[in-house]
Amino acid sequence: MATQRTDILTGIIIEEETRLSLRELCDACAVHVEFITELVDEGVIEPSGFDRSHWCFSGINLRRIRTAKRLQQDLGINLAGVALALDLIDEVQQLRSQLHKLPGSGHD
Amino acid sequence: MEFKDYYEVMGVKRDATQDDIKRAYRKLARKYHPDVSKHGDAEARFKEVGEAYEVLKDPEKRTAYDQLGANWKAGQDFNAPPDWDAGFEFSGGGYTGGFGDGAGAGGFSDFFESLFGQGFQQTGGQGGFRSQGGFQARGSDHHAKVLIDLEDAMNGATRSFSLRVPKVDAQGHVTTSERILKVNIPKGVKQGQHIRLAGQGNPGMGEGKPGDLFLEIEFNPHSIYRVEGRDVYLDVPVTPWEAALGAAIKVPTPAGRVDLKIKPGAASGNKLRLKGRGIPGNPAGDLYVILDISLPAATTDKAKDIYRDMQQALDFNPRVKLGV
Repeated sequence: MATQRTDILTGIIIEEETRLSLRELCDACAVHVEFITELVDEGVIEPSGFDRSHWCFSGINLRRIRTAKRLQQDLGINLAGVALALDLIDEVQQLRSQLHKLPGSGHD
Repeated sequence: MEFKDYYEVMGVKRDATQDDIKRAYRKLARKYHPDVSKHGDAEARFKEVGEAYEVLKDPEKRTAYDQLGANWKAGQDFNAPPDWDAGFEFSGGGYTGGFGDGAGAGGFSDFFESLFGQGFQQTGGQGGFRSQGGFQARGSDHHAKVLIDLEDAMNGATRSFSLRVPKVDAQGHVTTSERILKVNIPKGVKQGQHIRLAGQGNPGMGEGKPGDLFLEIEFNPHSIYRVEGRDVYLDVPVTPWEAALGAAIKVPTPAGRVDLKIKPGAASGNKLRLKGRGIPGNPAGDLYVILDISLPAATTDKAKDIYRDMQQALDFNPRVKLGV
């Protein structure tokens, strides 16, 4: 870990170029399979693929799942509450971005 | 906001081991638990201790807290340095638990929130450990937030990031090792996106593969541009005569200067779209120029005369709609 790496690393943008399997998504978000399944049941994220063993997720879900996990852990709210909070957070972000486009709004 | 000395709250030294901290917490929690304590301010104390434990029990948050420096005194006026957590690798431990039964979460101080609130990116506590039979396991994935410039996303770039990786040694002390990563920034990356660097997370166990490192991209604030997704916004001051009569002006774009035609009768707040001049991608973002009419100051006699001429020559009442 302490060694310095000088070779140049190339990665991929997870939100754009990637479909993640259920397993990969769990690893990337450090959550259990059950948590992802519950989020799907709650309609928080939507997989493609007709059954669970073929589920595939867009990389866009990464941020949403990590936020969901934090909300659940830190605020002790259940998944229905997490789903509502996520929708409201999205709405606030949309409003913020509208605000951001106004002249003279500067930087946040 | 007041600086909180979490070590003082817990009654431990700054070099206390994780075990020391845990013991101190258990004792204080028993002493101040609202259901059992006779202290008048038990609830407040219990929360305070819980908050301190939230930070100190987690080697990553503790290291981040420690790097604020040892010179702070409790009660001192404090503001978190901007992006103080950038370049930190976090693998686990949300800020939950630690309050014991009954007290519940919530009630963190502003000080805590300013450090470990919304911007503090970290994953849940489970880690990515998944046994694959025998003694092998895939290493856990890591996350880190990194700052880049708009220009890096416009053109692509190679950037070096210094990531601090906190870890606990055999004695329970938290140490930080520094790790330099040179990373290709893909052209067209957007704010908030993650770059996955395969195999750069925690080493695996046995034959297990190492985990991945996810870099969350954040842009440094730019002196003139604002960025929304792939679109870039720019306020451009224009003169009253340019707006009134139309003009061709030069405007900067992240990819270099361009000529921009302003139609006669333009107003402040008019938005002109330069298609495809935002952050590249599929589709590429647009650049929006927002006009802002700037009035010359009437500081010379000549300027005053011109304003007086306008006053006399133009029958202009901008307050007609107000009925005055």
